[in-house]
Amino acid sequence: MSLQELFSLLGHGTLDSLYMIIICTVVSYIIGLPIGVSLVVTAPGGIRPLGIYNKVVGFIVNILRSVPFLILMIALMPYIRVVIGTGIGKEAATAALIVAAAPFVARLVEQSLLEVDPGVIEAAQAMGASNMQIIRKVMLLEARPSLLNGAAVATINILGYTAMAGIVGAGGLGEIAIRFGLYRFQPSIMWVTIVLLVIMVQIFQEIGIKVVSKYDNRIN
Amino acid sequence: MAEHIISLQGVTKEFDTKGGKVVALRDINLDIEKGDSYGIIGLSGAGKSTLVRTINLLEQPTEGKVLFDGNLLTGLKGKDLNLHRRKISMIFQQFNLLMQRDALGNILFPLEIAGVPKQEAIEKAKELLKVVDLEERAHSYPSQLSGGQKQRVAIARALASDPEVILCDEATSALDPKTTRSILGLLKKINEERGITLVVITHEMEVIKQLCGKVAVIENGEIVERGPVAEIFARPKTKAAKKLFFPDEENREKAEARTSTKNRLRLAFDESSAYKPIIANMILETGAPVNFFYADLDMLGGEQKGQMVIGLSEDKILAEKQKEYLRKEKVEFIELNEDAEEVAE
Repeated sequence: MSLQELFSLLGHGTLDSLYMIIICTVVSYIIGLPIGVSLVVTAPGGIRPLGIYNKVVGFIVNILRSVPFLILMIALMPYIRVVIGTGIGKEAATAALIVAAAPFVARLVEQSLLEVDPGVIEAAQAMGASNMQIIRKVMLLEARPSLLNGAAVATINILGYTAMAGIVGAGGLGEIAIRFGLYRFQPSIMWVTIVLLVIMVQIFQEIGIKVVSKYDNRIN
Repeated sequence: MAEHIISLQGVTKEFDTKGGKVVALRDINLDIEKGDSYGIIGLSGAGKSTLVRTINLLEQPTEGKVLFDGNLLTGLKGKDLNLHRRKISMIFQQFNLLMQRDALGNILFPLEIAGVPKQEAIEKAKELLKVVDLEERAHSYPSQLSGGQKQRVAIARALASDPEVILCDEATSALDPKTTRSILGLLKKINEERGITLVVITHEMEVIKQLCGKVAVIENGEIVERGPVAEIFARPKTKAAKKLFFPDEENREKAEARTSTKNRLRLAFDESSAYKPIIANMILETGAPVNFFYADLDMLGGEQKGQMVIGLSEDKILAEKQKEYLRKEKVEFIELNEDAEEVAE
């Protein structure tokens, strides 16, 4: 393989990985954030306790979180084929990724919101704030540093998932690593992808730390 | 008829716990008049925090009615309840400020909730910062403020919705004595100048003495004694009240019980008698000496109040003369011999 081909291969792989990570993170938050919020709100002692909903949703989240991602993805393949027309490739992998990542995000969001001082929520209730106002203006705002921290963790986790999705031909750096490292035994290319993956993780982490410290008014 | 801003009627609150039902409040009846500064004092666990939370329905009473300004609050939900809650502000021991908003942002919060236009809200919040003497800290975050400053921000926030009532839940219990005095001074000013009714929950006698006109003593979820602070201070009837108003009473009573002296009196002085040398005059007039056991002088709502325990002459005729003199001078007194028996039990 020429150097040019290699660059093109790795370039495309990186872009594919980024595509999956970004789509998957965004969609997982669109689904997981409201679920996480609802779990906190409906918990016993929450601002609107709703026992049955809380138990059922909590149970589903737990189940999805318990299945190892690789197995979940393979198990989901036939269903994904029905829904989006294909069971392999970037799109199918992204769909599977979302099913695995959204419950993870929901739990991260739940943990962040549970850190909010109950006294502050009580104060808002005493002021006559509606539940919606408490969620938007108190819980999400007060938990912002923790939520952003969680988002960095989620992104890095999803990056790990996309690499594993290489097994089902998802494309991206993960697939390149598996194809060259495992099937063709060209470890040098695999090592290059590993370095690229590590660099990506470091970048996400740094962005996370920077953004969190910018938005946390408790410290400075 | 005086207007009751808050009226609790037969309020009972039970909590379900693993160990069974716990009664936190038992048949509470309490009327608070407009403009009052009403203290509710009790030891921790007496139910005073639960009581204050039933007023704005942060705790739903199991039984009974809560009326605010003539409107029945119990049974209201959602929007209807929230509209009333905006007229009942609350301040807390732990301040409960939003950590991610600066002082100005915290004061803006209740105004945002009420949908006040932004420009108007900002002007009002700035004005309130002036009221609590924190103009220059508008853009400081709670983590950059001292405890006293945080409570000042919380008070400004409480004032933002133009409330009829401010509920103070142990508002000074996390503050040092000096800061406590300045916060109590600020609350007193708000009560007097703006006519805002205060409901003051505390376990500290000092807070009641400095801030309140009336007081209810709560013990085991029941109000055991109530009335004007000066009256309860002069003649506490229940053990709970005595314990709270005179925390060192018990030791004193034990000491008294050991002395064989009979004819002990507790005298209560008020403004008119506190400055006069009554005891000295009594000794001169009757020619009989007295023993001193205990004396204390306090400022109570701006008035000088004193109490003293003395032992009268062992001679019955002289003792009668001494009591006669005290009656003539209109000094209130209680004979303490029964109390001594209580301690001996």
